Amino acid sequence: DIDDVGHKYHLELVLEDVLDKDSTVNCTAEVLYHLGNKNIAPAVQFTIEGELKNTDEADNIFYSRIKSLEKELVAENIPDSHGSVSPEMEPIRLLAQVASGYVIWQNSTENTKFQLAQIKHVKQVKRSDDCLEFDYMILLHEMVSQEIIPWQMTVLWHPQHGVQVTQDSCQPKHALE
Amino acid sequence: QFSTGGSNRSAIWLDTGIHSREWITQATGIWTANKIAKEYGQDPSVTAILDSMDIFFEIVTNPDGFAFTHSSNRMWRKTRSINPGSHCVGVDPNRNWDAGFGGSGSSSNPCSETYRGPYAHSEREVKAIVDFIRGHGNMKSVISIHSYSQMLLFPYGYKRAPAPNYQELNELAKKAVSNLAAVYGTKYTYGSVVDTIYMADGTTIDWAYDNGVKYSFTFELRDTGRYGFLLPSTQIIPTATETWPALLDIMVHVLEHPY
Repeated sequence: DIDDVGHKYHLELVLEDVLDKDSTVNCTAEVLYHLGNKNIAPAVQFTIEGELKNTDEADNIFYSRIKSLEKELVAENIPDSHGSVSPEMEPIRLLAQVASGYVIWQNSTENTKFQLAQIKHVKQVKRSDDCLEFDYMILLHEMVSQEIIPWQMTVLWHPQHGVQVTQDSCQPKHALE
Repeated sequence: QFSTGGSNRSAIWLDTGIHSREWITQATGIWTANKIAKEYGQDPSVTAILDSMDIFFEIVTNPDGFAFTHSSNRMWRKTRSINPGSHCVGVDPNRNWDAGFGGSGSSSNPCSETYRGPYAHSEREVKAIVDFIRGHGNMKSVISIHSYSQMLLFPYGYKRAPAPNYQELNELAKKAVSNLAAVYGTKYTYGSVVDTIYMADGTTIDWAYDNGVKYSFTFELRDTGRYGFLLPSTQIIPTATETWPALLDIMVHVLEHPY
């Protein structure tokens, strides 16, 4: 408890590569939830012990594949009702997980626990520069309230420039049915 | 009903699918039902249990919700009750039981995923089980299966005070979770609902516990959020397989501790 400021948490955690369970990295972090204005994202500082795996090869393969598509990529329901994701859509899903991590961080309080539940719809947006742009409609699951929240996010990605969420907005619940 | 005879024997109640979007639970239910039938006469524990007790197993505890997850909305959780005066449909069947009903661990808003309903046991799906268990009079354990989070939980959810046999339930949960992890390494946390997950009132196991069913547990199956409700169907058999020893631990304990 920090008087007049908020609640600070000191964390020691292990990061595990979802694509390689044996690849782990130790991490320490400090998270500060601000008292008062709940519209500010919690402040996060972290250090990683060692290095994250190099993913250049897989990144470039994905980048080239999308760049060479004749028509802009469009897909929906990833994973599908049975939890299946086609191999071509797997990087699209991973990108959404990373991008939704940003959205989740911006909208988290001490009383929320968000997860990416599903990609309802994704549409590639043509760009004149080198970046890939995807317009996602995702469903976030909030554990405490058990609510499913539709969220729109515009995601930019480039192998060397990383992920950027340039726009995101919460959608009305009935955008679903 | 699994029974080798007798008359109104002590019994164990199992349910899956009370929250319709938790598809791993109904699937695990089917596998488990088959396993119980298959192992009688083969596995000494299952044989011992069924030689003196009955097992009741409800697989699709929320049928309307389940149908809706297939036809319209894969993420539907609640029942499909019409709420007079609201355009929102459905009641959370795991907030509708008469145990701490109406507290801060549920919602009074029909549009909420944790809407408790107009009154306790308003939902036919819940009332049917309440009437059955009351009428039976000899239920010794209630195990309600949910997903996701990988947890094994026991009462209470509606209050912070520990259950009278907290120690015993905690020890049993610890053992069950350890035997679950031994299968594929899947890690579960365990404890009372209020300590481990969140405050929740009007839940199945709190009602069962407050109505004399000492061994009341809730499972939250795989995973911890990577797929969540959309757990790949390739994980059905592994999930059911690892959960089985934990279920057996509880059932054997119930058999060996008659009350």
